[in-house]
Amino acid sequence: MEKQDYLELYRQMVVIRRLEEKSAELYQQGKIGGFLHLYIGQEAVSTGLISTRRPEDRVITAYRDHGVAINCGIPAREVMAELLGKATGVAGGRGGSMHMADVNRNFWGGHAIVGAHLPIAAGLAIGDQYQETGGVTICMFGDGATNIGYFHEAINLSKVWHLPVLWVCENNLYGMGTAVNRASAVSSIQQKARGFGIPHSKVDGMDLIKVREAAQNAIDLVRGGNGPYFLEISTYRFRGHSMGDPERYRKPDEVQKWQENDPICIYGEYLVNTSMASRDELNEIETQAEEEIKEAVEFAEQSPEPAPDSLFDHIYVE
Amino acid sequence: MAKITVREAISQALWEEMEADPKVFIIGEEVGVWGGTYAVTKGFYDHFGPKRVKDTPIAEAAIVGGAIGAALTGLRPVAELMTINFAFSAMEHIVNEAAKLHYMFNGQFVLPLVIRTVGGGGRQLGATHSQTPDAIFAHFPGLKVVAPGSAADAKGLLKAAIRSDDPVMFIEHATLYQLRGEVPEGDYLIPIGKSVIQRPGKHVTIVTYSKMLDISQKAADQLAADGVEAEIVDLRTLRPLDMEPILESVKKTNRVVIVEEGWKSFGVGAEVASRIYEEAFDDLDAPIQRVAQLEVPLPYNQNLEQLALPKPEWVVRAVHEVL
Ligand SMILES: Cc1ncc(C[n+]2csc(CCOP(=O)(O)OP(=O)(O)O)c2C)c(N)n1
Ligand SMILES: [Mg+2]
Repeated sequence: MEKQDYLELYRQMVVIRRLEEKSAELYQQGKIGGFLHLYIGQEAVSTGLISTRRPEDRVITAYRDHGVAINCGIPAREVMAELLGKATGVAGGRGGSMHMADVNRNFWGGHAIVGAHLPIAAGLAIGDQYQETGGVTICMFGDGATNIGYFHEAINLSKVWHLPVLWVCENNLYGMGTAVNRASAVSSIQQKARGFGIPHSKVDGMDLIKVREAAQNAIDLVRGGNGPYFLEISTYRFRGHSMGDPERYRKPDEVQKWQENDPICIYGEYLVNTSMASRDELNEIETQAEEEIKEAVEFAEQSPEPAPDSLFDHIYVE
Repeated sequence: MAKITVREAISQALWEEMEADPKVFIIGEEVGVWGGTYAVTKGFYDHFGPKRVKDTPIAEAAIVGGAIGAALTGLRPVAELMTINFAFSAMEHIVNEAAKLHYMFNGQFVLPLVIRTVGGGGRQLGATHSQTPDAIFAHFPGLKVVAPGSAADAKGLLKAAIRSDDPVMFIEHATLYQLRGEVPEGDYLIPIGKSVIQRPGKHVTIVTYSKMLDISQKAADQLAADGVEAEIVDLRTLRPLDMEPILESVKKTNRVVIVEEGWKSFGVGAEVASRIYEEAFDDLDAPIQRVAQLEVPLPYNQNLEQLALPKPEWVVRAVHEVL
């Protein structure tokens, strides 16, 4: 990667952070409805991970998907418009926060039923294997999702059929209010891959550089025809599970301790310490990100609602 | 009598049954430490402890399957599926196990099991999280399906469900929890399988249940202003379906509108209408009208979503069709 590429990753993380902060505000104002799951604290995970993908690689994730959408190259304004339910949103206002997707950017959603997208990821990989596209499917999911049957069915199949899929577990220590050790037989999620004979590793998800290295190694292996790989990325969500989470299950000082490990600060330090960027350059990126989100909100607010007569569009192709 | 919310009524029923019978326990996602995602079991974990308020992994099949197994040993589990949309992840155990075991093994297996869950649209949760698929569950003999529309019924029916030796699917509605109503204190039971007239009238019969009871009441208020007296029959239990009060009412009004939140196709209204045509055709003076959700997966956008959901005006219009 060139210097510009490193700065671009910083930009993406900051854009995600500002986007999420703004969404929380708009939710409180009643401009965003439904459920809203913020990615604050986890930015380095998808930013590092997706920075290693090629255009032919597919990305699929759960409902905590705004950041992933940004990393896949969807403009912030289209994400914001979706959050506001507008026709210009990335899913035309039909999907909302939990269901973003942009097939042209090889981003396959945004899925709100826990674990249900894992078998679909295996299927995307079947498609690539069958058609010899050389593409890898990157499938992201939470720690909680590894306890549902879908997970076990999908990763077993991926190994049996040698599918080109990179399984990525974002272990943020909780599924809603349930700590990993209260829900999972093993706290080390990567151990679950071992039972299926799938190679695996674990990496610190607060450090973008480490995520990138681990992801690059993993995706190269999968692309090299070695079948699936399992990457556990440890991270933490700084906010509640979704808006309105009473957070009775964790202590404020635990949250604070993790917040001191802010992935954006860590990466910023790295860029400065390696002389990749000056503080001024980082500040400049931050100012631009703020502008971008401001513009995104304006765009979203001025965008039209979906037309009433579009209600029945897309129920079927024919 | 105290006026309490549907949430409090359900909570009360659970609490009282757990106090009364040590075999009753709760099993589900976020029912304990979190206090229930709809705050129904708030305070239960501290009072009853982790043995009787079991937080599970995200594993719907294990929740329902596990509850079935525990029920077979004589316990009385109340399994909670966070929303009815996640019941599809437990479909095997609801449909192929819970609904079959007693019959298939010649009555040897007894499953005093309640599956509490929450349905309904209108909260901008998008297509996967907004469904009202009650009719699906009512399709299967062997399962009882209850869906209360008032606070009193919620309490009385849940207590009856917990004491029932049959598997009961207890479907709550996400936008009804704040609804208030008078609820008798203490041991108050409503039998499963009994429809009831919630509002007397003589010009038209409105058959409905759950959230649509509220919508139908509002419609009936509007109609009353025009001098039309609607009689509202609340199903309360979808299976076994009690036609008696409906047929009685139709004898009097000769006109019927059926209101449900789910999709019309193959739905609750289709079943009720067929039964009326089969059992009381001669009493009808007009074809039955059905009010239901438009045939579309619910979108996130609020305006679009609202276009698809039944409202009082639709009921009023349907009533005018049959008058
Ligand atoms: C099958 C199913 N069960 C329950 C839910 C409700 N639910 C939504 S998110 C969630 C927790 C998921 O935790 P995890 O996989 O760790 O992801 P995180 O939210 O931490 O990113 C639950 C229980 C659901 N959406 N789908
Ligand atoms: Mg998690």
